[in-house]
Amino acid sequence: MSTPPPTTREFMLGEGSGTGSGQTLQVGVGPAHPAMHGIIRIITEIDGEFIRKADVEIGYLHRAFEKDCEVGGYNNAIPYTDRLNYVSPLINNFAYASAVEKLLGIEVTERCKFIRTAMAEISRICDHLTCVGASAMELGAFTVFLYMIKAREFLWELVEDVTGARLTISYGRVGGVKADLPDGFAAKVSAAFKETRGVLDEVHRLLTGNRIFLDRMVGVGALSREETIGYAITGPLLRAVGVAYDVRRAHPHWAYDRVEFEIPTQKDGDNYARYLVRMAEMEQSMRIAEQALAMMPGGPVNVDFEGRPIDPAAYVDQGKQGKTEGLLLLPIRLSPNLQGQSREALQQVNAADKRVVLPPKETAYGSIEGLMNHFMLIMEGYGIRPPKGEAYFASEGANGELGFYVISDGSDRPYRVRCRPPCLPPVAALPRMIEGEQIADLIPTFGSVNMIGGELDR
Amino acid sequence: MTGEQILRRLRDRFGSAIVETHEFREDTTAVVDRGSLVDALRFCRDEPALDCDMLTDLTAADYLKYPGREDGPRFEVVYQLFSLVHNHRVRLKVRVDEDDAVVPTAVGLWPIANWLEREVWDMFGVRFEGHPDLRRLLMYEEFVGHPLRKDYPINRRQPLIGPKA
Repeated sequence: MSTPPPTTREFMLGEGSGTGSGQTLQVGVGPAHPAMHGIIRIITEIDGEFIRKADVEIGYLHRAFEKDCEVGGYNNAIPYTDRLNYVSPLINNFAYASAVEKLLGIEVTERCKFIRTAMAEISRICDHLTCVGASAMELGAFTVFLYMIKAREFLWELVEDVTGARLTISYGRVGGVKADLPDGFAAKVSAAFKETRGVLDEVHRLLTGNRIFLDRMVGVGALSREETIGYAITGPLLRAVGVAYDVRRAHPHWAYDRVEFEIPTQKDGDNYARYLVRMAEMEQSMRIAEQALAMMPGGPVNVDFEGRPIDPAAYVDQGKQGKTEGLLLLPIRLSPNLQGQSREALQQVNAADKRVVLPPKETAYGSIEGLMNHFMLIMEGYGIRPPKGEAYFASEGANGELGFYVISDGSDRPYRVRCRPPCLPPVAALPRMIEGEQIADLIPTFGSVNMIGGELDR
Repeated sequence: MTGEQILRRLRDRFGSAIVETHEFREDTTAVVDRGSLVDALRFCRDEPALDCDMLTDLTAADYLKYPGREDGPRFEVVYQLFSLVHNHRVRLKVRVDEDDAVVPTAVGLWPIANWLEREVWDMFGVRFEGHPDLRRLLMYEEFVGHPLRKDYPINRRQPLIGPKA
């Protein structure tokens, strides 16, 4: 009696290599793999189709964010924060600026708060669209990806209108924002949201009841409530296990205490629950942004060190001879690059604190006081100087709690900036989500974690 | 609970092991003696009135060049705790010297401490006693030094290590 011929699998991997034999095979996924959304390496030990053990290796995108923050002034870190979560950079900008404002003890103007709220929500929708679209694409639903990227394109056009850039926007400033909203912004937003709602509706019909999608998502990658909390996971993943924690509600900042919104939750904590939470959150974000734009007050955008709205025209020249006054009143044509930097617009969005916020360009170019003010903020050794101390400010990033912990030694440079990256905890918990499941399930689970290399590795 | 109440609870329970407390910009901070650190963390987590079930963040700071603290203990390891139930935050800190930069691990209390402690070890060179797997997290194994230390120059270059041939 002859033994049966080896299967192809046994021929390739050796005798007895089928499932259940106890012989495992090490398979590295990434670092450069199309489904890894960036650069990350997952080392899996598989037994047949099943993952027995997994280890996640990160750091491929480490670029010394925290170290770099320590060598420049407080506003110099703003461009670096763009590159943390590069899908929703506005939230990082604002959260970092708010942490420094907390350290300074200043309050930004009402208009600025509403601008931050509206722009943060638009960014959050972009982030969720990217996450859901990319995960759906990896499950074969390429249509959904294209639809969602189309919707994101409409939103990025809004971001471009406001900030002048699509991705590296550097729009936040300590004490305010770079510039006021462009004219007719609310109308553009409502047009873009109409498109986005159409796309979400289509995606719901394509995916939410789709048999193939359900088979890949329901019950896959689940994490229990206890473990989710133990891993300090926040954001959509925490809300997918039924905990209605949202920094926007728990620690209201900007204008979140004045808008109405719901916190969508699910119970199961699997990939499908995360998908549903994200889909529902996009609608809530649109609600928030619409309310914020409808309630948008006039008035100053930047405030000063003591929290008073800045009126550069008022401080320039008081008690002086008044010779520069005529200069200040001269209409100055700004270069298109400085649009939104004119006095009127800048005052609306910035805190009235000349120790924190740069003066409007007319003032800087038109009066010696304005020029000195500008230099005092820009020159090395001057700049923004919070008192000695430390502050932790948390905001709701697209992936969860985005915290900035800033320590000041009283100089013009942050002594230490720590970013609490919202997607590090779920990536740390990733082995717990994928162990015991099939290797093909790694893809949707990893997609639902929404790893963003920029903030994970900093 | 307000920050003051939290601090009072901690002082009542740990007495002189609470080295220092302060509230600044509505943030509540307690500096804990290293010997009582794990007990204090466990107390914050398990005491029903505190119930800090989440270790939001764990990081460190190097006070080597901080004005007025050049001679004090060099490192501070910072634990940001948060309670989902009570919605309050408290920050615990522990100070360690450079030549004895060892802190007991919190992996037994929160699984996330595993990665966060690895990051602190990687960036600051503070060891966590009892950590099951204290490897570097962000930098590569062959990297020399701990980049977030204040005496690590920002422009230092190190050879990039490729995959082993």
